[in-house]
Amino acid sequence: MENFNYHRPATVAAAAALLKKSKDGVYLAGGHTILPTMKQGLRAPKDVVDLSGIKAMSGIKASAGAVVIGAGTTHMEVASSSAVKKAIPALAEMAGKIGGVHVRHKGTIGGSIANADPASDYPSACLALGATIVTNQRKIPADKFFTGLFQTALKKGEIITAVSFPIPKRAAHQKFPNPASRYALTGVFVAQGKDGKARVGVTGAGPAAFRVADMEAALSKEFSEKSIAAIKVPPRGLLNDMHATAAYRAHLVSVLARRAVAAAK
Amino acid sequence: MPTLSLKVNGKAVSGEVEGRTLLVEFLRDQLGLTGTHVGCDTSQCGTCVVHVDGKAVKSCTVLAASCAGASVTTIEGLAANGKLHPMQQAFHEEHGLQCGFCTPGMIMAAVDIVKRNGKKVDEETIRRELSGNLCRCTGYHNIVKAVQSGAANM
Repeated sequence: MENFNYHRPATVAAAAALLKKSKDGVYLAGGHTILPTMKQGLRAPKDVVDLSGIKAMSGIKASAGAVVIGAGTTHMEVASSSAVKKAIPALAEMAGKIGGVHVRHKGTIGGSIANADPASDYPSACLALGATIVTNQRKIPADKFFTGLFQTALKKGEIITAVSFPIPKRAAHQKFPNPASRYALTGVFVAQGKDGKARVGVTGAGPAAFRVADMEAALSKEFSEKSIAAIKVPPRGLLNDMHATAAYRAHLVSVLARRAVAAAK
Repeated sequence: MPTLSLKVNGKAVSGEVEGRTLLVEFLRDQLGLTGTHVGCDTSQCGTCVVHVDGKAVKSCTVLAASCAGASVTTIEGLAANGKLHPMQQAFHEEHGLQCGFCTPGMIMAAVDIVKRNGKKVDEETIRRELSGNLCRCTGYHNIVKAVQSGAANM
């Protein structure tokens, strides 16, 4: 790994100022993607701005309508939070299936979402629950956030400070993990809002997380496995690699969506 | 180079580190604590697991500089007064190792598992939570037995 200047600011404003001043800087959250990437020589930033010292960015607040999770909150903290378990149990369960224990102790929700790995789990939850991504500059609806392979709506230097998840009537997450990496080969998060409208978020299958409009329409009419039994996702444009073909991933979307509907509570 | 001050195994230590210095490099190369191993160096195998502020993490994927002011426990910090920690004793008694390379990480992960799940942690939980620690000799059976037996004595 090439050397860099290390910074650990205590506030969001200081972090943003440090990045702005740097010619080639990156933010570091849990570090479980950026550090391996830097070790491989794929990135060699001049400045690394570690966000882990910003206390205001971590923690979980639940109200009657939403659960707001600070961007620096770790996967383990989300998975074991009694507030999340009570309000959106599917979200806590999903966080508890990311990586292994040691990874969950470091990886953060903000880091995961900002990285937008096509096989990461949080994007499906953000889409299905209709989350709002809060940054130091604005609020971005999840539907406008994940724009492509490792691409997001974030501008240079913008920092995710929190993610707000509306509390659904019911929800569930189903994942087919790659047996070696435990990243989602395909993962589906299904939620039915308090207004009865259903949303289906898919990760792992495409270059970016996406929603399945046909399933959402059917589930909004009748939230049952049967109502989506015949709905297929076209494999065109899905990921096709050594781990799975596009057709297999498309098949998994249907299977996992049905399982998620059956499990939703 | 910035100076780093932190606690390792209960003792205050400090040293100069580069931005890129990994926690495992600081522990092994500067402090001589070579019980923490580097296996894959890609955050997969878990031989480098240590506790930072009480949480098990992969020290090959943590910057040393980010541990300023933290309290780190390595495998060397488990035994007290010349007596093995109950989890170390259990790995010895249950033959929870063959070559021993993965053992420090396994034991640090095991202690963390028991801390979060209690002395009566079940086999399924142990197997699931050891998913970030790879052993290429024994096939895990005795490791799981050791964790259960060590848990009861912790």
